[in-house]
Amino acid sequence: MNNKSITAPGQSPDLILERTDLIAYLWNVQKEHGHIRFKDIEAAAKALDISTIDVEGVISFYHFFSRYPTGEFTVYLNASIVSEHKGFERVKEAFESATGGQFGSVDPSGQFGLFETACIGLSDMEPAALINFHPFTNLNSLKVKQIVAKLKQGADPADICDEIPDHVRHTPEEDKVILMRDYDHGKSVAKLAAIQPDDVIEEIKKSGLRGQGGAFFPAGLKWQFCAAEEGEPKYIVCNADEGEPGTFKDRVLLNSRPGLLLEGMIVAAYAVGAKEGYIYLRAEYRWLLHKLEDEIKRFRKMGLLGRDAGGIKGFHFDIHIKLGAGAYVCGEETALLNSMEGKRGEPRNKRFFPTQRGYLQKPTVINNVETFCAAARIIELGADHYLTTGTETSPGTKLISVSGDCRHPGVYEIEWGTTVREVLDMAQADRPHFIQVSGPSGQCISIEEADRALALDDLPCGGSFMIFSRQRDILGILRNYTSFFKHESCGLCTPCRAGNFIIEKKLDLFAAKLGHRDDIEDVKSWGKMMQMTCRCGLGKTAPNALLTAQEKFPEYFETLVDQNPDRLSKRFSLKDAVREYDRFSS
Amino acid sequence: MNDKTNGQASQASETITITIDGKEIQTEPGRNLVQVANENGFFIPSLCYFPEIEPPLGTCRVCTCKIDGVAGPACTETVRDGMVIEAETDELIDARKAIVEMMFAEGNHVCPGCEKSGNCDLQHMAYELGLQHKRFPNVFKNRLVDFNPKRMIMEHNRCIKCLRCVKEVFTDDGKAVFSFRYRGNDTRVGIDYEQEALLTSEQAVRAMELCPTGAIIVRGEHAKPFGDRRFDMQSMQKSAPAADPEIVLPKEKKTVATVSLAGCFGCHMSLLDIDLKLLDLVNVVEFNKSPINDIKKFTKHCDIGLIEGGCCNDENVETLREFRKHCDVLVAFGECAVWGGVPSMRNTIPLGECLEEAYLNAMTTVDDEFEVPYHEDLPKILDKVYACSDIVDIDYYIPGCPPDADHIWRSVLSLISGQQMPVPYSEFKYD
Ligand SMILES: Cc1cc2nc3c(=O)[nH]c(=O)nc-3n(C[C@H](O)[C@H](O)[C@H](O)COP(=O)(O)O)c2cc1C
Ligand code: SF4
Ligand code: SF4
Ligand code: SF4
Ligand code: FES
Repeated sequence: MNNKSITAPGQSPDLILERTDLIAYLWNVQKEHGHIRFKDIEAAAKALDISTIDVEGVISFYHFFSRYPTGEFTVYLNASIVSEHKGFERVKEAFESATGGQFGSVDPSGQFGLFETACIGLSDMEPAALINFHPFTNLNSLKVKQIVAKLKQGADPADICDEIPDHVRHTPEEDKVILMRDYDHGKSVAKLAAIQPDDVIEEIKKSGLRGQGGAFFPAGLKWQFCAAEEGEPKYIVCNADEGEPGTFKDRVLLNSRPGLLLEGMIVAAYAVGAKEGYIYLRAEYRWLLHKLEDEIKRFRKMGLLGRDAGGIKGFHFDIHIKLGAGAYVCGEETALLNSMEGKRGEPRNKRFFPTQRGYLQKPTVINNVETFCAAARIIELGADHYLTTGTETSPGTKLISVSGDCRHPGVYEIEWGTTVREVLDMAQADRPHFIQVSGPSGQCISIEEADRALALDDLPCGGSFMIFSRQRDILGILRNYTSFFKHESCGLCTPCRAGNFIIEKKLDLFAAKLGHRDDIEDVKSWGKMMQMTCRCGLGKTAPNALLTAQEKFPEYFETLVDQNPDRLSKRFSLKDAVREYDRFSS
Repeated sequence: MNDKTNGQASQASETITITIDGKEIQTEPGRNLVQVANENGFFIPSLCYFPEIEPPLGTCRVCTCKIDGVAGPACTETVRDGMVIEAETDELIDARKAIVEMMFAEGNHVCPGCEKSGNCDLQHMAYELGLQHKRFPNVFKNRLVDFNPKRMIMEHNRCIKCLRCVKEVFTDDGKAVFSFRYRGNDTRVGIDYEQEALLTSEQAVRAMELCPTGAIIVRGEHAKPFGDRRFDMQSMQKSAPAADPEIVLPKEKKTVATVSLAGCFGCHMSLLDIDLKLLDLVNVVEFNKSPINDIKKFTKHCDIGLIEGGCCNDENVETLREFRKHCDVLVAFGECAVWGGVPSMRNTIPLGECLEEAYLNAMTTVDDEFEVPYHEDLPKILDKVYACSDIVDIDYYIPGCPPDADHIWRSVLSLISGQQMPVPYSEFKYD
């Protein structure tokens, strides 16, 4: 962590210099005491000369900060849909019976805190949990029992947690591998000395590289915008928040090719003239922090970072890591910037691009992990080589994270243009029926569409590829997604804050077999309204899965509606409504 | 000096052209789109937008327009030459209405009991949009009323999370008094007691005035009487009031039944307030079951049922269901029938607690007789107060507490004749 100006607990809080260090300070306190006490809040408020409510507002925004003790061992069990299908409920019960605690709280002895959390980027090994932020995967009742027993005997979670394999299941034929080919330090940075910043931008533009975080904005153009800005200093930010459920490709890059990422950032910094870079790492990946820090140190030693980086006279560039604290919305680029600045992770108004006013209102390039990695490869191999892969309209390769009902969940580097069927075959999918492409915010397709190609002009995929077999209940999947968005909405704008909540209630009706045909229409029109009016991508895309499912599986939705509705609402149960009063009957 | 004046003059005279719903408008560059549109006779509702706050907040989304083909809020836009705006399409109007309905569904708004009623921006926008009920289910989420601050009362039931207070209310030291807390559906405004105590009275009153709803109430500041309030009489929409159509009354009389459930009979009193028009009314309707003529049981199937009050006990529920069975069209009239109204203010307190407080922990006239009344002849109290639409399908809604007599008259006449009778702004009220 960037320790320059952060107070370690116990030290005088006057050492906190900047608001931008607030999240790191809160992390230190949270780690040290298992929660954040009012005196810590007061200390932070005093040092920053702000009110305590301001600090409280920040703390309460992030899932992993707590004002109450979270136990000596804090368990965050993944509640994503893949986890749910692989045995989440049983694992949850196992934790409760082994610890004597209950989810959502700390057990009476104060030893175990049990909490649910959104996808932790281990969908290839579900059910999975973080214990004191160390990963535990492929959980089952027996394994949970053993883990808890060991912890009770004093084991350190760091010592007994699982090794996380990369599960790279497929790469294209030899010459066409882009990302997952062997990595040697410094290859792309070495090329920079001979070319001008503008040439770098031209090369990236020529390659047609687009953002790999889901929005597919042309990377070269973004860099060009930033390079053209007058403001100083400029920043490079890597979005390593990877929060979209079912996505874990950035995890694999961070784990297996951290140097490639750093090189991509260096390339970008050279292109736009930035002096400082940040990696915003999601807290769920804290177990990768040391690896990244070590790689940064190594780069500094090798002269690839720091003064005259890469041996280029006058090019000074360094990279620091900022840790998130549990908020999916912080993957949204402007929310991420706010979070980096030590604020609530609320998306900004879209009046300016980050390239105009980004981190601390300065010109900022923000790209996904995979985008930086691909950019480094393009400089290393040349845009012409990159253009030999993929299709004409979607050049290049893409990492997709395959999970769900299949034999081989893991990361697949595919050429753009690969069909859904090819992926399903490689993964040995089990009776695939419903496939969620790009995560809950993406779209679902039915197996009928398996011949569609993963490509920008057909089926774009940001990285998440979840396969659901015939036996899975579609409504259950959709309810899981809606509940996810409800929890992750930042709450700033009405249609998302209230909309996800209201749609969840509607889906509950269908689950209780009380839905009418009108309700199906309602959900459709409310979803469209959210797409149109929400402030950021989270709310705009939250209804996508539901709307595409309605489109693709109309017969299924027909089976959900009450076929004999009358004008008296069956939803109102008089029996239930008088139950509380009947308690007084004696 | 000379240069400067020249510069200013040329800037002031610079005009640009934007197009709103096909109409070309000349204006100056850099002005706010909501203001420009509204000055030119287009109605773009706004709630979080407050001209003094820069940059605009863009949180409520009721000003959503299509700007150069892309949906987005108008309040965060400054006009540019050549801008093309869709402002009043059916789709947009419906989406805005839905958002305002969401605000009502999400909070607990009981306008008849609210200090801000008549001066409330949320209520005002609902009037302008002609919002009669909400399409979303009532949630009645338990929210706090915080009496801890020194000068203020925070009525979280009414907060719409517009962010105005967070961005605009600071102490003289520049410290924030408000901040959002939590996130998603749990988001609420947090108030810093220590900083709040440092505000001057004027600053506190300004915070209350800044708040578009009745969420920030300053102690000792009294509600204003009807007529003195900002939004009572005049719509901000410039369209001329529609003239009443010539009503052709049907030859056959319609049968009407009425009832007061969990209401106060105020709506029925207002119905009688139509004075001389009552004589017209009896020419076109025949009353069946109703307290007006004291007919206790349905004697035939009716065309229209008018329901006052929501449901607070099992007898209300049974009566309402009976009305649904015996009437073709059901009209909920009055706040209580439409949204639950004043009785629903108990909904955030568990029934058990209400009864214990009222009967078990209270003083009694008979010593040691602490008992919750419970008898087979007594209606059973429901866990909460329900709006009529929670129990049966409702066809039409007439808001108001009570609804204005003319509003009722016009609505009933519309139903009977099948012709739309416009309700003037000044008669359309929630209190
Ligand atoms: C709710 C939401 C969550 C997002 N999460 C991520 C994320 O976890 N990682 C990511 O790279 N981009 C994420 N994005 C997209 C970013 O806003 C942004 O487009 C991206 O970081 C830009 O980088 P790229 O062009 O290299 O993809 C998210 C967007 C939204 C609206
Ligand atoms: S859509 Fe609105 S409430 Fe939802 S995350 Fe974005 S800004 Fe926040
Ligand atoms: S007047 Fe009060 S109760 Fe009515 S909408 Fe405004 S804030 Fe809510
Ligand atoms: S208290 Fe008032 S000003 Fe503050 S967010 Fe709520 S509605 Fe807006
Ligand atoms: S008025 Fe524009 S978003 Fe609220």
